[in-house]
Amino acid sequence: MDISIAIEDVLFREEVRDFIQEHYPSYLHDKIAKSEELTKEDFLVWHRILHKKGWIAPSWPKEYGGPGWTSVQRFIFNEELSAAGAITTMPFSLTMLAPVLMQYGNEKQREYFLPRILSGEDWWCQGYSEPGAGSDLASLRMPAVRDGDDYVVNGSKTWTTFAQFADWIFCLVRTNSDGKKQMGISFLLIDMKTPGITVRPIRTLDGGYDINEVHFENVRVPIENLVGEENFGWTYAKALLSHERGGIADVARSEVAIKALRKIATTELSDGGPLIENTIFSKKIAELEIDLLALKYLELRAVFNEKSDDLGPNVSILKLKGSEVQQRIGELRLEAVGYYGFPFKYGPQTSNTAIFPVGPSYTQFAGPSYFNLRKTTIYGGSSEIQRGIVAKSVLGL
Amino acid sequence: MDFSFSEEQELYRATVSRFIQNQYGLEARQKIVNSDLGMSRENWQQFADLGLLAIPFAEEYGGLEGSAVDTMVVMEEFGRGLVIEPYFETVIFSGGILSIGGSNEQKQQYIPRIISGECIFATAFAESQSRYNLADIKTTAKVRNGGFILNGKKSVVWAGPWADYLIVTARTSGSQFDEKGVSLFLVDKNSEGISLKNYPTIDGGRASEISFENVELSDESLLGHIDDGFDLLEAAVDRARAAICAEAVGAMKALHETTLDYVKLREQFGVPIGNFQVIQHRMVDMLIAYEEAVSITYMATLHLDHPVEERQKSVSAAKAKIGQSARYIGQEAVQIHGGMGMTDELNVGHYFKRLTMIDVSLGNQDYHVRRFADLTQ
Repeated sequence: MDISIAIEDVLFREEVRDFIQEHYPSYLHDKIAKSEELTKEDFLVWHRILHKKGWIAPSWPKEYGGPGWTSVQRFIFNEELSAAGAITTMPFSLTMLAPVLMQYGNEKQREYFLPRILSGEDWWCQGYSEPGAGSDLASLRMPAVRDGDDYVVNGSKTWTTFAQFADWIFCLVRTNSDGKKQMGISFLLIDMKTPGITVRPIRTLDGGYDINEVHFENVRVPIENLVGEENFGWTYAKALLSHERGGIADVARSEVAIKALRKIATTELSDGGPLIENTIFSKKIAELEIDLLALKYLELRAVFNEKSDDLGPNVSILKLKGSEVQQRIGELRLEAVGYYGFPFKYGPQTSNTAIFPVGPSYTQFAGPSYFNLRKTTIYGGSSEIQRGIVAKSVLGL
Repeated sequence: MDFSFSEEQELYRATVSRFIQNQYGLEARQKIVNSDLGMSRENWQQFADLGLLAIPFAEEYGGLEGSAVDTMVVMEEFGRGLVIEPYFETVIFSGGILSIGGSNEQKQQYIPRIISGECIFATAFAESQSRYNLADIKTTAKVRNGGFILNGKKSVVWAGPWADYLIVTARTSGSQFDEKGVSLFLVDKNSEGISLKNYPTIDGGRASEISFENVELSDESLLGHIDDGFDLLEAAVDRARAAICAEAVGAMKALHETTLDYVKLREQFGVPIGNFQVIQHRMVDMLIAYEEAVSITYMATLHLDHPVEERQKSVSAAKAKIGQSARYIGQEAVQIHGGMGMTDELNVGHYFKRLTMIDVSLGNQDYHVRRFADLTQ
């Protein structure tokens, strides 16, 4: 064992850090600091910069436009992005759909869609969950019925992140209802401009608007938009879900968040002294930092031990602990701001509403983010589902 | 011992519960929350007509001489209904200060107008640096001929935008953290020199940042004795803490019931999710957390008129425990509802937000664990 880092990795890290520092649009830092809502263009600005550099798709093979990095380099790249507080690139196309197209799509689909994903020309959203199919995804029902050279799709998808921005949606649809529920699912690419699609916004308890319900009414989808074979979509989806769960521990982002939390606790007062000197509070931050350190080395072991990208069941463990750490940071941030957790920037705008921030500017984020972070143990396979996976695949229970 | 409710208390419960069932569904509540005013004057008048605003006050001022258990029952039901209207702020908190520390004239002047629904009160006690320390006060009231001059800033004053009158804590002597030297004043919100910055709160209410600039107060505005307001403040705050615990109990009950209904109805993997042991155990743990919360709230409420230290210890025990169970039940209810629990469309998120902010209010878990420990030594 040796925790020293290879010189080429050190140099790589420096290269990445320098690039981000030089090219990341500083106005995005300001927007995030003021917790302003990000637009589609905000995401695309950064996407295009990374694309121009050839770094937009770290996990893609070189032949499709990836940089040809090792798994360690990809890990370093993500760490540096997080440490810099850069906005995330949209995972739906780059890390979720693209691998499926590479593995199961046909030549025409790959040639058409992959370059447009790289350039950011197409924004993709994911059509998996349905109102009746969440954790039990395979029970999804949205039918796609063959009619001439089209499928006719009817039904609803839900929790669709950024559907309001999307040009395309990749959907799991039901093409056969006989037999086992995992059979009879197909993987369809649907143009969001097709007549019969409506997007209904879902406002979340933190006041934000990222997710939607997408309704399909007699939506005609050409059969050439089927990926792979009819009724085999579940196999493809499972491959894709393991990609979704990768990189989800978000250790570097949590490190940055804890640093910011310490700063808040140094500014905030408790009985006249800094809150950070309050023994109960400082103990809680320390415990959190210790857990994050354990998580960090859990992740490092996984990354450096696995030769392939497939972290196996480690992904579930990393997601479980990573999401819990994020939530605890949110809890302590809310505790740190005391009564200033009350003012609600995203509340009703009325004639006599104050201009935010009310109180110190770091406080306005504390309430909404605490509530928003509850989603991390729900999305991408809930904690209950992840524990089930570990029980089955690691413990053989 | 007897933990049963009197006929009168059952009547209060039924009255409020009927009001909520008929008039305060989530849709109606959200309409009020999103309205310009942010509360309903009609509902407030209805509370007056139902006699709810009169419960804790003495008969000679038009009150019903109700006990803390009477208002506990009302607060529980308001918690179930996520009621926005400032019953807690006006009747319990400010009303409590008036009842305990007001002079006969002050009571005569203001209590009947609270009872009739005419006046709304808010208590301005927190400052941006004070966190939960009630004596950490920079706002000053300087004695001048026949009165005082008030200067300073108060933070996150619940119901501030709706209030006609404010009860303000200010320093008449001593230094920033001294209990001695704290005085309480009853201030007309329209007085010259007062300015407000109003805003919505994350749990659906409204609050204000208030600044006082050379506000002239008469001698009659002093509540209780000069420099000796702290004990009065703390007594009223302890009663307010017990009441907010009751509100949390009501919200937790509703949240547990809603979640229980959901796990019986929601099917995944071909069965209701309530069939899974991992869900069953959590529903049981939530129930236990709720039962503990009820028990400790009753304990605290029944100790409010005991000797000061017993009162303080009981209230801090309850508030600490409530903060813990509120967080646990709130987080679990959202988790078990999955994505649905994250939306603004179900009542789950709204209960969770209110419960979270109750933990923050008048001292969080850490504050009350410390206060309990200090009192136990």
